[in-house]
Amino acid sequence: MSSNRISIILTSDKREQLQMAAMIASVGAVSGNEVTVFISMNALQYFLKDGPERAPAAGAMGEILERKKVPHFMTLFEQAVELGDAKILPCSMAMDVLEVGHQDMKPFVGEAMGLTTFLDDARDGQVWSF
Amino acid sequence: MTEKRVIDARGSFCPGPLMELIAGLKMMQVGEEAEVLSTDKGSANDIPEWVKKVGHAHIGTNEESGVWHVTVRKMK
Repeated sequence: MSSNRISIILTSDKREQLQMAAMIASVGAVSGNEVTVFISMNALQYFLKDGPERAPAAGAMGEILERKKVPHFMTLFEQAVELGDAKILPCSMAMDVLEVGHQDMKPFVGEAMGLTTFLDDARDGQVWSF
Repeated sequence: MTEKRVIDARGSFCPGPLMELIAGLKMMQVGEEAEVLSTDKGSANDIPEWVKKVGHAHIGTNEESGVWHVTVRKMK
């Protein structure tokens, strides 16, 4: 039996990567998959309540994304949770390093997760890294 | 015949129109229809795929001067 689990590791602070991860998370979650997004490293800041709204473009496409009416990556992550029951879980190590807690994160972000649990959960499905 | 709920997603890009449709479907009764307006060709192709996958009904798609009209019936 094939698994319908999609695990996404998001560490980038670049707009293109954040956008692609958000697209996979949202479309995956509303299409009957169990989606977990593990956020760490430079990506974590965007999920803070007072985090930056804009992400720097890595290349030309990122500039175009900003100009055109493309759904904002954070809107897509939120829709992944609200419409598709995706889980967006911050890396506990990144939380410790940044000295932030669950109360500092946006309301749709779940409890911190450790790498051991994430790797165990991700074992039987698709794993995407951005 | 009940009126169709029009979801105007013109100007938005993938997966914006799909997500707007899904948000709309949540507020609709089984049997009701939604018509998504999209200027994004990718979404016009993707929405029927999604509809088939999750078990709603794709009633039809037509294009009028660069705007795709995708009609979907909520089945569950």
